[in-house]
Amino acid sequence: MTEQINTPQAAAAPSGGAAATDGDTMLQVTGLVRHFPVTRGVVFRKKVGAVRAVDGIDLSVARGHTLGLVGESGCGKTTTGRLLTRLDEPTSGQIVIEGHDVTHLRPGQMRPLRREIQMIFQDPYSSLNPRHTVGAIVGAPLRLQKVNPSGGIKRNVQELLELVGLNPEHYNRYPHEFSGGQRQRIGIARTLALRPKLIVADEPVSALDVSIQAQVINLLEDLQDELGLTYVVIAHDLSVVRHISDRVAVMYLGKIVEMASRDQLYTRPRHPYTVALLSAVPVPEPLTSETGERERRHRIRLEGDVPSPLMPPPACRFHTRCWKAQAICKTQEPPLTELIPGHQVACHFPENTTEASQSSSEGAPQPA
Amino acid sequence: MAGDGDIVGTSAQGARGRRGRTVAEASAAAPGPLSGAMLEVQNLRVHFSTDDGLVRAVDGVSFALDRGRTLGIVGESGSGKSVTSLAIMGLHRGGSTTIEGRIWLSGEELVAANPARVRELRGAKMAMIFQDPLSSLHPYYKVGDQIIEAYRIHHPKETKRQARERTIEMLTRVGIPQPAVRIDDYPHQFSGGMRQRVMIAMALVNDPELLIADEPTTALDVTVQAQILDLISDLQGEFGSAVIIITHDLGVVAELADDILVMYAGRPVEYGPAVEVFNRPEHPYTWGLMASMPRMDRELTTRLVPIPGTPPSLIRVPPGCPFHPRCRYAALVGERCRTEVPPLREATTPGHASACHLTAAQKASEWSELSGGNGHGHTREPVPQGEVEA
Repeated sequence: MTEQINTPQAAAAPSGGAAATDGDTMLQVTGLVRHFPVTRGVVFRKKVGAVRAVDGIDLSVARGHTLGLVGESGCGKTTTGRLLTRLDEPTSGQIVIEGHDVTHLRPGQMRPLRREIQMIFQDPYSSLNPRHTVGAIVGAPLRLQKVNPSGGIKRNVQELLELVGLNPEHYNRYPHEFSGGQRQRIGIARTLALRPKLIVADEPVSALDVSIQAQVINLLEDLQDELGLTYVVIAHDLSVVRHISDRVAVMYLGKIVEMASRDQLYTRPRHPYTVALLSAVPVPEPLTSETGERERRHRIRLEGDVPSPLMPPPACRFHTRCWKAQAICKTQEPPLTELIPGHQVACHFPENTTEASQSSSEGAPQPA
Repeated sequence: MAGDGDIVGTSAQGARGRRGRTVAEASAAAPGPLSGAMLEVQNLRVHFSTDDGLVRAVDGVSFALDRGRTLGIVGESGSGKSVTSLAIMGLHRGGSTTIEGRIWLSGEELVAANPARVRELRGAKMAMIFQDPLSSLHPYYKVGDQIIEAYRIHHPKETKRQARERTIEMLTRVGIPQPAVRIDDYPHQFSGGMRQRVMIAMALVNDPELLIADEPTTALDVTVQAQILDLISDLQGEFGSAVIIITHDLGVVAELADDILVMYAGRPVEYGPAVEVFNRPEHPYTWGLMASMPRMDRELTTRLVPIPGTPPSLIRVPPGCPFHPRCRYAALVGERCRTEVPPLREATTPGHASACHLTAAQKASEWSELSGGNGHGHTREPVPQGEVEA
């Protein structure tokens, strides 16, 4: 593969195999739980159950690295993102950012730390106030934090607009004058205003067209190199996550079922759910037999839908849809264990353990 | 009605705000279906008049589709792919929409047809599935009653009991467990994937000749998407309908489509067999779509190659080739890209057409450089020399 790229990206890209323990840890999460109570009755409110959105996850992200969080809708990935940025209060567990325990800080105590942690939202239409100008939107974090950058807020905002590839003269325009991709850039400029160290991006490109997605993905990568940012990228698109992450965590019903370096996870997935997820991604290349007949790609078909997080299946949560499930899967929960260094799996019968490349890793890159 | 020699049809009922419609270009369209295909669209133009000006949502789209075949229409938002399908279904808003061109469904012309006739055909001979199954099902009615209604409108002589039996049969065929029980459930009691199955059951209940699926899996998770794509292709084999699948996801069309139509700014830019379009794409926009996509089946590239800029406004479509402001290859051609609209024509392979001023040799060499140069397409064989010659 001959790469001819004029940016420092190619050289500076951190090796995908590096474990999160390399370098110093930016974010450390242990036993994070968020249950949303379900109540019944108006006067005598009774707790009748809980949506176990996030049910005990551990993860850590090294400085300057990117952790990708993937899973289907309802797996708790967005809730995790909101907990990390403390937009939501965890039920239990601990979140440590740069050595500060932020788990139960009050809003006032949290405020100074907000400079360090920022969020990029999914929908560039609803996350920008339509009645504010771009200047007001991007400058808002500076005003709220009472930061007075040298050269003034306006100058700073214009620099930010330039940084994300927008025209600084558009300072006085309103969000509706921009396209979706440009709006997402405005959102990113606002995120960067306080020079954060950790950015949680919740589906940063899923609302954008394919050609624009690539622009925003490249922008996020460039900014990471330039500013040394640490990302937690939450996405459902496995190919996007593969492109931007160093490590990837796969979530299912509030739990992390597999976490590994990108290359490990995509070439040799161990958890059956990850294997099924990867094989379900449609490949943009028509499959034809030798005679030119169209063929259907072999893939693992998962039956049914994700169970309700209100009453997740006991023990291994994936056993209701798993083709390898046995009696033990229904009675004993598999812990997230490190099978090989840097590769954690929560499964009694992991895949790809003996043979180097089993036929089950369908979605993984095929050797040329 | 069909084949009456009237070249330009319009279904615009109200004259409010309608701009002068021209009869030009219509001479290209023959008075009858050309290929004898089940569905044939000839030079379709759909324009909306708005306060800001005339929106040329679809501007000269032609294609043909036979029973049992699948056409994938690919494009970004605003490329006119959904409007094309709505125009076929006769679902555009009459008052402010002008439609020109011809749509033949089994020999019957639809653009100039009486709206009452189109209503008879819609649901019976042509049906549609939409992106969001939750908003296309009525929340107050049981799913069974909604399907029964769709069936009885087109089968007025059948009894309620027969319709109910037919509905249970359809729910079984789309893979809904316990159909006899689920028929009396409301849409909110179904998951997203199950709702889309209900929509497919409803669309196929009258055994239509044409099924249009507009982004049928965009709202679904990837494992459920795989289920629905398999279901659509299984049912197509069973029912033998022609299917149009509209999507922005090249992976989805590669799974399902026999033919591919790539649209940009309301115009068709590339049209041909799926294998051809994927393996030897000819239009720079198609190249751009392929290069900008992160792909799981290829070696990891360090950097994606985005298409610069943003799609144009359909009110002010750039003159000449609509893609020229974003095209990296316009410099190779020069002035013509800015002044002359490239026609959709076959360059090298019969049945594979593209609308670009680049010569066939330029297309072949630029694509092989692009697909080889960034790690994409390293499994492809080089373009045979015979095909490089125009």
